[in-house]
Order: sequence, then structure tokens, then C-alpha cells
Amino acid sequence: MSLTILNAVIAVVIAIAFAALNAAYLVWAERRGAGRIQRRPGPNVNGPLGLLQPPADGLKLMTKQLVIPGGADKALFMVAPVLAMAPAIMSFVTIPFSDSIVARSMDIGVLMIFAFASLGAMSVLLAGWSSRNKYGVMASVRAVSQNISYEIPMLITVITIVMMTGTMNLKELVASQSGGIWNWNIVPSLSSPLMPISFLIFFTCSLAETNRAPFDLGEAESELVAGFHTEYGSMGFGLFFMGEYANIVIGASLITILFLGGWDCPLGLFPGVWWFLLKIYVLIFSFIWIRWTFPRTTIYGLLNLSWKILIPISLFNLLLTAGLLKVF
Amino acid sequence: MSGPIHIQPGETFTLNVGPQHPATHGVLRVKMEMDGEYIVKAETVLGYIHRMHELMGENRTYPQVLPNLSRLDYLGALGYTHGHVLAVERAAGIEVPERAEYIRAITVELNRVASHLFWFGAFVMDLGGFTPLMYAIEDREYILDMLEAVTGSRLTYCYYRFGGLYNDIDDEFIDRARAFIPRMRKSLKKYDALVTGNIIFRKRLEGIGPISAEMCRKYGATGPVARGAGINFDVRKNEPYSVYPEFDFDVPVYDECDSLARYKVRMDEMEQSLRIIEQGLDKLPDGPIMPKKKPKLIKPPAGDYYQAVETARGSFGIRIVSDGTKNAYRFKLRSPTYSNMSLFDEACEGMMIMDALAMMGSLDLVIPEIDR
Repeated sequence: MSLTILNAVIAVVIAIAFAALNAAYLVWAERRGAGRIQRRPGPNVNGPLGLLQPPADGLKLMTKQLVIPGGADKALFMVAPVLAMAPAIMSFVTIPFSDSIVARSMDIGVLMIFAFASLGAMSVLLAGWSSRNKYGVMASVRAVSQNISYEIPMLITVITIVMMTGTMNLKELVASQSGGIWNWNIVPSLSSPLMPISFLIFFTCSLAETNRAPFDLGEAESELVAGFHTEYGSMGFGLFFMGEYANIVIGASLITILFLGGWDCPLGLFPGVWWFLLKIYVLIFSFIWIRWTFPRTTIYGLLNLSWKILIPISLFNLLLTAGLLKVF
Repeated sequence: MSGPIHIQPGETFTLNVGPQHPATHGVLRVKMEMDGEYIVKAETVLGYIHRMHELMGENRTYPQVLPNLSRLDYLGALGYTHGHVLAVERAAGIEVPERAEYIRAITVELNRVASHLFWFGAFVMDLGGFTPLMYAIEDREYILDMLEAVTGSRLTYCYYRFGGLYNDIDDEFIDRARAFIPRMRKSLKKYDALVTGNIIFRKRLEGIGPISAEMCRKYGATGPVARGAGINFDVRKNEPYSVYPEFDFDVPVYDECDSLARYKVRMDEMEQSLRIIEQGLDKLPDGPIMPKKKPKLIKPPAGDYYQAVETARGSFGIRIVSDGTKNAYRFKLRSPTYSNMSLFDEACEGMMIMDALAMMGSLDLVIPEIDR
């Protein structure tokens, strides 16, 4: 009994460490990447290649005073940033990095990750609403409608995949795709001819779910100042920031597991954790690339895209796949 | 006042956009009556950096006021000093050597390109795309370096003198200006590919932020704002001054009246400015840059003088009422952004806040120039 508790604690500690390390160094990667794209060096002073920039930023944020605005709801104001980071860390517990590296393989892994992802919307709502700032309230209203409308096509796509593989266990999901690129879910098969489109839908929804550009309406700085975290400074802001990057890692991991065969090698050789990491970092780089290339969409453009395009297509795909699965 | 904000359905609230707000590019304040995301009523509040340039123009001698003019618009400063020297030259009857006029035209157009470049970057940043700003600044930097070499400053130039220039240009400037033209044309193609064709960008601007020709006439909007509404008016063509009649250039006019039309006008204007620079460098005559005979003390004869110039933001007018002394009796500046901004209140009613701020970006505001 005590051994299982110890195991669980170690797993959670590793998950936190992985999430925090990733969040910190993805900020560095994002800034260096943005520098590359914009033909400037990016952070390069602290340490070799600026690698000590994340700890320096962390120290700076931690030593700053946490200002709670007058009239704010103190409890909710404090809870919101924690709520941004904690679900992201919890989601790591069930993500399988390879055949053997998984903290807790659960039969409802997919369900759990989406349950925690929905909590992220809650933190944005609480942050904007409790800080008693009109920009914050507007941003949180936007973020909630955005999250709701993008979770629907995302979940419909996931249901399609769960129907195909017959499991909600992430490990088994990957196992069902093993053996090379032609077995991956992204490749269309007889029973699921529209999978590449599903992949695009899921990718777009992940961008929207993590509040990344071009869907970063919750923190649209040109109209809503800083959106839901306008009033946050110090580590409150730091947690939101890290939560965003942790969510990006979760999003990239989910795409990899659901569509790109997890730790499976494209040619069926040497499957292992390195393939998983390679795939998620390529996806994360594409997230960064998109952010620094596109302007922001409008809130109605965003909702139109979800309700008029993504949801009908994903529903059609669900019905088609269900029918074809019955036939073949 | 404590606890979360309670807003009942159908209830409006007041949103203070500014004076410190990323979208206003300075200390402009717009009091917006909001119904959720929609603007019910907007009221622009000006005057946060009013510095009384007009009064200074009445208390100081004409040469003393000259540096003030470049503090109006820090992005296109040469256009404003150009207006001032032209007005005083007209009032005092000072002859300007041809070479000086050509160099003025070349530098003003370079400054216009620099100003439009910065606007381009800032405008795309208003829409949430950060990268084009960096590209635009890189090209603008080239112009600033070039102008720094001849004028001695990078932003608030005081290069023109009554009757001519402070400093002649050298061969290095000419070479760099010639090298700049193909470089900038290449950049314009790049911006077109990166921004103009982007579907998100077009969706955010096409048909959004309508400013009709009637509204432009009502509020006296000029420059790219009016030309984006189909009004073919450019002071350089309609009331020619300096050596502009010598140049062959077009005035880009679009009649879609939306934010995209104003964007296109400015992008095309950069190309036209490049054409003017090219011709100016080809035709550049030799000769002095200051007139041989120039009054020591500038005392225009009593009278009322007006000179308009086309700056990067629109038609800039300067009115000097002289009573024959070394100071102006009345010194009135007609700044284009002031008129362009005035129509914002009416134009943004009923729009969503993000579209309204995109439209505000398309007006190309420089706040010190509104407040003067």
C-alpha cells in the first residue's frame, strides 16, 4: 500500500517537474523562435544562447509583489492562477510517453484529460471576473464562449477515434496504431476516409483551446489590454503563463497520441520515447510558427468557424465513420 | 465598491479606452459606452499632451518656431517643417534655389515612406500580428540612417531653413537612396505576400470600418482616409507646391470606404513615393542650397498667408497672420489627424470593439499631432 502511494507521489513529482521545465523552456524557445522569424536575436544575454533566461524570469516574477486590486474577490483572484496550472499538470499523469513511461495508465484517460482541459476555461473565467476589471470581464466572456465552441468539434473528433479503436485508454490508443505510418490514425483508411480533415480540425481546436494566436482573443492586447490577466502581476501572472505552455504540451501530446501514433516510428523501427518527444516538439514549433505569422481573428469569425464549419464537418465525419465501421 | 462587476442584460457600461491603452498608440482617450462587445456611443477625449504649439508660434520668432513643427508628428516630421518653411517663404517672399527644392522633395518622400512603414507595422500589430512590425522597422531603419547622415537627427528633424537647407546632400546619400529603391520594392512585394493576401487579415478589414465620402467631407478628413473613400484629393496634385508639378506620379484612390481600402492606399503611396524619389535623384540639379540674398531678420509684410502640404497623414495647413513684426500675430495649424480622428466617434457607433480599434489603426493616428 505504502509503495503504491510512494509510486504515485513520485509520478506526480515527475509530472510537475516535466510540466514546469517544459513551460519554462518553451517560453525560451518561443522567444528565440520569434526572434528567428522576426530577424532579431531574441534573448541571448543570460547564459549560453540565453538558456538562463527562464530561471531569471522566474526569479524576477517570484520576487515581485502580488497586488490584489481593490474590490477584487480575493479568494477567487488567488485561486484562478492555480486553477490554470494544476489541471495541466494533472493531465500529464495519464499521458504515455512510451510503452513503459506512463505515470498512471487509466481506462478513461481521454475523458480525464478533457475534463481537466475544461477546468482551464474555468480559471480564465474566474480570473477575469474576480479581478473587477472591465477588460478582464470582457476577455473572460470571450474565452468561455471560445472554449465551449471549440470543445465540441474537438470531442466529436475524439469520439470518432474512440469508435475506431474501441478504447479510451491512451496507451491502448497508441498500441492500436503501432507498426508504421500506414497504421496511424491520420492516414485515411476504408472505414475512416476523412481522417486528415479530422486532424486539421483537432489541430485548429487545440490552438483555440490553448488560447494561442490566431485565437488568442482572451488576451487580445490591442483591444483588451492584457485580457483576463490584466490585473495579475508577480507569480499570479507567471502561473497563467506557465499554464499556457503546459497546455500547449498537453495539446501537442494529445495530437501525437490520437493521430500520429504516439511513440511509434513512421517506418516501424525502434519505437520509443524519442519519437514521441520529436513529434510533440515539431507540433509545438508549428504552434509557435503560426503564432508569429498570423494576425488575430475576430470573436465572431472565431465562433463562425467553429459552429458553421468545424462542427458540421466533424459531425459528418462521425456519422460517416460510424456507418463505414458497420459496413467493413 | 467591492465584489465582482454586476451587469444586467441590456445594461450598458462605460469603458475607458486610454489614455494608457496599447491600441491608441499614445495618450488618446476614448470613452466608450459599451453593450457587451458592441459600442453604443463613443466620445473622444483629447488634450492629454497639448503643448500649445500655436501659442508658441505667436510668442517666438519664425526661425525659433521651426523646430517645434517637427515635434507635431514624430513619424513624418519633415512634411510638417516643409509646410512651415513654405508658408514663411511665401509670406516673406524668399526665393528658394531649385536644388534645395528637389532635395526637400526627396527627403519628404523618404520620410513619408518611413512613416507609412511604421504605420504598416503598427496597424498589423493592432490586428494581432507582431512580425510585420519588425520587418517594417528594418526597412525604416535604413531610411533613418540615411536621413541621419544629412540632417543630423533621426526623428524630429530640423533640416529645412527659410530659403533652403541646413546641409547639402553628398554622393553617399544619393548612392544609398538609389540602392534603397529596389530594396524597398522587394520589401513591398514581401509585405504583400505576408500580409495583404492573408485570409485572416482580409476578413478583418474587408467591408469593416466604413468611412464614407460624405463623412470625410463632413469632418474634413484628408489624406489616405479620404482617398480610401474615393475622394481623389492630394495637395501635391490639386494645389501643387515646391517642385511636385515636375514629377510624374499617381494618386492611389480606392472607393471601397473600408479599412482595407485605406490600407491599400498607403501601400500604393509608398510605391508612388519611390517613383518621386527616383525621378528626383535623376533630375537633381547642381547649384547652391541657400539663396544668395536672404533677409537677416524675417519680417513678413502684414497679411494673411496660408500654405497646405500633403504630409503622410493628410493635408496639413499652416496659416500665418503677420502684422509686420518678427513674430506671427496668429499662427494656426490645421493638422490632418485631428480631422481624421473627429470622425471616429460617429463611424464607430454600433461596431464591435475589435473592429472599431482596427478602424482606429487604419486612421494612422499620431497623438502629439492631434493635440499639438
